[in-house]
Amino acid sequence: MPTIGVNKAELYKELGKEYTRDDFDELCFEFGIELDEDTTGTEEPPQLKIEIPANRYDMLCFEGIAMNLNVFLGRQSMPNYTLKPPSNGQLLTVTVSEDTAKIRQYFSCAVLRNIKFTKARYESFIALQDKLHQNLARQRTLVAIGTHDLDTIEGPFTYEALPPDEIKFAPLNQTKEMTGTQMMEFYEKDKHLSRYLPIIRSSPVYPIIYDKNRTVLSMPPIINSNHSKITLDTKNVFIDITATDKTKLEIVNHIIVTMFSQYCEEPFTVEPVKIISDHNGETRETPDLTPRSTQASAAYINSVCGLSESRQTLCDLLKKMCYHAKPSTTDEDILDVDIPVTRADVLHQADIMEDAAIAYGFNNLPRHFPTTQAATAAALPINKLADIVRLESAMAGWAEVMPLILCSHDENYAWLNKSDDGKAVRLANPKTAEYQIVRTSLLPGLLKTIRENRRHAVPMKIFEVSDVAFKDAKAERRSRNERHFAACWYGKSAGFEQVHGLLDRIMLMLKSAFITREDGLKDPAVQGYWIEEVDDSTYLPGHAAAIYLQLAGGKAQQIGTFGMLHPTVLKHFELPFPASTLELNVEVFL
Amino acid sequence: MPGTRGPVPIPLHINGGQRDLTAEILEAVDQEAEVGTSTKFPQIPQAEIKAALDRLASRSMVEYDTKDREEVALTKEGEEIASAGSHEYKVWDAVRQAGRLSLKDPSLAGANAKIGQGNAFKLKWVKKDGDALVSLTDSVQDATREQLQCAKENRTFQDPKVQKDFMKRKLVVPQKVISYVARKGPKWAMEMPVEVTDLTAEMIADGSWQTANWKPYNYKAEGAQLSGGAFHPLMKVRQEFREIFFNMGFTEMPTQRFVDTGFWNFDTLFVPQQHPARDLQDTFYVSDPPEAGPPGPDPATDEALAQMDDQDEQDENDSAPASAATRAKDISSKLDYQQYFNNVRSVHQDGAFGSIGYRYPYNDAETKRLVLRTHTTAVSAYVLHRLAANPRPCRYFSIDRVFRNETVDATHLAEFHQIEGVIADFGLTLGGLQAFLKRFFRKIGVPDLKFKPAYNPYTEPSMEVYAWHAGLNKLVEIGNSGMFRPEMLQAMGLPEDLRCYGFGLSLERPTMIKYGISNIRELLGHKVDLGFIEGNPAVRLDRE
Repeated sequence: MPTIGVNKAELYKELGKEYTRDDFDELCFEFGIELDEDTTGTEEPPQLKIEIPANRYDMLCFEGIAMNLNVFLGRQSMPNYTLKPPSNGQLLTVTVSEDTAKIRQYFSCAVLRNIKFTKARYESFIALQDKLHQNLARQRTLVAIGTHDLDTIEGPFTYEALPPDEIKFAPLNQTKEMTGTQMMEFYEKDKHLSRYLPIIRSSPVYPIIYDKNRTVLSMPPIINSNHSKITLDTKNVFIDITATDKTKLEIVNHIIVTMFSQYCEEPFTVEPVKIISDHNGETRETPDLTPRSTQASAAYINSVCGLSESRQTLCDLLKKMCYHAKPSTTDEDILDVDIPVTRADVLHQADIMEDAAIAYGFNNLPRHFPTTQAATAAALPINKLADIVRLESAMAGWAEVMPLILCSHDENYAWLNKSDDGKAVRLANPKTAEYQIVRTSLLPGLLKTIRENRRHAVPMKIFEVSDVAFKDAKAERRSRNERHFAACWYGKSAGFEQVHGLLDRIMLMLKSAFITREDGLKDPAVQGYWIEEVDDSTYLPGHAAAIYLQLAGGKAQQIGTFGMLHPTVLKHFELPFPASTLELNVEVFL
Repeated sequence: MPGTRGPVPIPLHINGGQRDLTAEILEAVDQEAEVGTSTKFPQIPQAEIKAALDRLASRSMVEYDTKDREEVALTKEGEEIASAGSHEYKVWDAVRQAGRLSLKDPSLAGANAKIGQGNAFKLKWVKKDGDALVSLTDSVQDATREQLQCAKENRTFQDPKVQKDFMKRKLVVPQKVISYVARKGPKWAMEMPVEVTDLTAEMIADGSWQTANWKPYNYKAEGAQLSGGAFHPLMKVRQEFREIFFNMGFTEMPTQRFVDTGFWNFDTLFVPQQHPARDLQDTFYVSDPPEAGPPGPDPATDEALAQMDDQDEQDENDSAPASAATRAKDISSKLDYQQYFNNVRSVHQDGAFGSIGYRYPYNDAETKRLVLRTHTTAVSAYVLHRLAANPRPCRYFSIDRVFRNETVDATHLAEFHQIEGVIADFGLTLGGLQAFLKRFFRKIGVPDLKFKPAYNPYTEPSMEVYAWHAGLNKLVEIGNSGMFRPEMLQAMGLPEDLRCYGFGLSLERPTMIKYGISNIRELLGHKVDLGFIEGNPAVRLDRE
């Protein structure tokens, strides 16, 4: 969630009240934002760091926070944003060339006339663009904003896409002209800008905006030109917005102009610009500040909130959340709701309902819990089974551990003297080599736990009952979990017969008798298990057993192994003492 | 012989068996009413004396008092002066022997000789004569040496001022000396009797327990150390939560899938495909296997759900109930996963079910990307979609591992456990969710909750759950909750009036708060201390 720093004194002045920390905390809590930090005493001037919900783009700046809180408090009504074309009726135009479709096809635009910047307003204007770039615009991949001093450039404008070497201008805060290709090299080491270069770098054409005299405005989404940069003295601001996402393009336009048109000579007015973009059907005037008209059911709002308020009361509540709502004259249940363009987060009447609940106060809602009972308590069968094995292991004197499920490839294979069997799920983007695959065995976790507890008295007896995962081509997720049981004895002697004893105990508790291999093969009706020597590189030769289970009427299957760990395995896990381990699949007992 | 102590006496030999200290103490106490150990046994270290006294006192043969006394001991320099004389004496003596001693004589070099010279001038023992020293007297009284010799013998100074002065000069240091005064005890005897420490079968058989001389049990010591098994503390907390869920009528969801698809983990939950949570920075993506199959029924999950479900109509006729597998297939046959996929796509891309949607080009390839599930809500989505085959009130929960591609620190691991609850019912209200959460959290000993509006892509309204933390003296967030969005539920085919609560919290956070653990790595993973696991008390969330 984005955190916005605002000047504390200025905000309290806007809100018309000197809040105490507790009172402002309370206001934020009720509204659904969070006061993260008050820098009084550590920063001059003191700031309030306010955490904003990720979908409230209209609160990413001082102006938006102040306005939304003032409307919520009833200190102001939602402004009515209007378009004000130039007095001669001639709109500025931007012609979009078809080539832009190859790289960044959508364009939007607006002009703020006779704006009065102060240092604080100017900084907020820049910061809002930055916040929008980071959040909604996904690091400028989806949308990029450029702002220009309109008095340094001259319409009509064009938005084109050209080969990088045909582009040449002095970028922001530079005096030297560079080509598109040179700029890519120039900004490669720039901490701030370098991360945006890949968005267009490999494209044969780069997006570029020109004025009537072929003066460059900007090369989105990388940089504006130095020529048209805005300053504290800028009176008329030309805003260009380019995008790969049409919806977010207009949201960004709306947020910027609504937040800052209040500083225009005629507050809350915006000069529209004509976009000519016939090739993709996007010819239009932008921005469109018409609120979205929709309807919401009063019965629905009342029902979910557990209220029985009149339609007028609901409309009054919605007013506090920036809506313009009135009871429908044609339907007894319906509210006609105008959603201002600032509220791009409102998608469904559920959002309107939630805002009514916030305006009412979440903590004031009647707390009625429905009497319908759906009491079918049930434990998941595999968890019930696992709990039996856990309980019996603990009662036999073993301690349960909980290592991690992700591990390195070596821990799962090479360190256990195994070669890659191709069954493990591999991760594409881990931050460290500790997490390369999803474990296919519980043993690495047990051995790492022993390693980290080397100073603990021996013998150590530990176990885990948990899931491993395997690739599975037949499954939708191309993988499946499997519940395993594993135990490790670690001490001055290897304790082979100790893990064997634990196996016998668990099998007894799962009603599987010890039988000989011959008995088992002779009579398939006998339920039981046997063990036989197995050649397994994890274990010391001659000291490893495969566990076979025969369920009544079924075919015998190998469910696991146990044995004395091979000294090289001990060495890999840095264990100076010998150890024996046991691992088996418990799902066969389901 | 087990159960007895003796035979008489157990001598405590010291110095390689030369002396029997317990016997010596007994003899001394027999002869004198009060035996001061420091005077009687000045050479024996006090630890050995105490061991012998304790041995006798535990049998009540003697009693003793402990005395603390402060003494002075000579430092190395002090010892030297006591035996060879003070620095000034040495200077005077050298001058006297030489008659006339050049200032450059080696015996006058060094820090001590400088001090000695100064003092000898002050005492008018010597004087300067040109570049040499000459003696002013034939004999001197070396008071420093005498005082130190006296202190060495008496271990104290008569004049505290002198002591302070000598301490300042680092010639003596104070020392605490413990000594004991022993006397006869209530069971005074010259010899140690046989004592019985435990009851044995023989004693019961021969009746000797009736006359046995019982050793008093030491009620101040701990009992024998037992080596037992133990459950992991997190699993104990998990079990408490499971029991609360069972108590409130919840069924446990089959969460046995660490790997899930972009579709189930995000799209079904109305998380847009450009949402930051789907970044490589936050979510583990799977490189092998490369991609998922199309959404469809998962037989293992369906069968587990059918096994737990007792609301199917199998009671109402006399024929044997169908197997869980058959019932599972019966339910999945009523569900159209392709239709569901199309619904999800259109509600994201174009808007549907009363929603304008996110209005972005939906990318089918994103739905097939395999991820390590970032939340168990991916499973809730599957279970709720299955509910569309027979929509009815129900309650589900799960507690299982989830994965985040986090940078690991004291409060973040790449893995943790999510506790999640889902309630579907007709006519649910937001206040009802608050009432339910109050009831739920009361059961883990958290009585007062506050609810804060929040944002979450798949719930609307969304509420963060806060509780008062007495230690931090502020409200802390303890969980998240909300009502699933209509975009999510109606795309599944659930009826419009079936509403659904969802709430979740991590298993680790309340456990860390309860046990005062500040580093999550001390609670989950291979770095957890086995001693902590073995010694962790039983978890009683409602009582703590």
